[in-house]
Amino acid sequence: MIFETVAFFAMAFFLLVGAVFALVGAIGLLKFNDTMTRLHAPTKVGTMGIGSLLVASMINSFAFGDGSIHEILIMLFLFVTAPVSAHFMAKVNLHRNECEKPPAPGEDEKWATLNVPEADRNLSTRRGG
Amino acid sequence: MTRMIGWFFPHPFLTLLIAFVWTVLQPQVSAGMVVFGLILGMIIPLMTTRWWPDRPSGVRFGKLAVYIVLVLRDIIVANIEVAWIVLTVPNAKLKPAWIVVPLDLRQPEAITVLAGTVTLTPGTVSSDLSENGHSLLVHVLHTKDPEADLKRIKERYETRVKEIFG
Repeated sequence: MIFETVAFFAMAFFLLVGAVFALVGAIGLLKFNDTMTRLHAPTKVGTMGIGSLLVASMINSFAFGDGSIHEILIMLFLFVTAPVSAHFMAKVNLHRNECEKPPAPGEDEKWATLNVPEADRNLSTRRGG
Repeated sequence: MTRMIGWFFPHPFLTLLIAFVWTVLQPQVSAGMVVFGLILGMIIPLMTTRWWPDRPSGVRFGKLAVYIVLVLRDIIVANIEVAWIVLTVPNAKLKPAWIVVPLDLRQPEAITVLAGTVTLTPGTVSSDLSENGHSLLVHVLHTKDPEADLKRIKERYETRVKEIFG
């Protein structure tokens, strides 16, 4: 009985935390007015929000059901894929010149995204702007 | 004997990971599925080994485990910090910045781990690599001192990733 009460409150706590972080992620997405800063809100706050919801789901399944550990896999995949998609979006922003120009990396190098052949560069700016 | 084991398990960590994922994917954990997962974990790395040359060998798992715990802790702190920035700092006062992180790491796998860590931790998103992979471009959401952030990434994460990949 006590175990179930504790599980119940723990579940409620994690559900609330997850919901709050998901909400903050959405607010950040709306509030920031620059494409690069906008990227920060969903990548971080989103993982935490969904992470908490999944922990709540696990507590629920172990306390009141058969128990399930699929949530670990969801979390694993999420934490592996979230940085990749964020990286892609950042690269698109850089490619379309929709953000402040980054400093050069030095040593006569260029950023991989910005190293576009001259002809293609004109093509991409025309399409983008 | 060790050569035999090396031939059968070119990548022991991958074997364990595949076995784990397979077992967890099942609706009910059973001994048969664990064994089948281990078999898959043996076959898949053997079949794919030729498409992944120069895969990292000698990954230090103790250090990797410590690193994962450290990063998880940082992710929670990062989330609270970013949530606070989102809710309290007005757009006009926000100081985003680019920082260029010169990399000591050369292995693609190690750089991937570092870039992923940077994206998941406090207010930073890794945005691009230089064409030779010698520097990482990082965008910081709100910073007063970009140098300190650079130092933090170099000392807190990069040295540890370097130790993991030997």
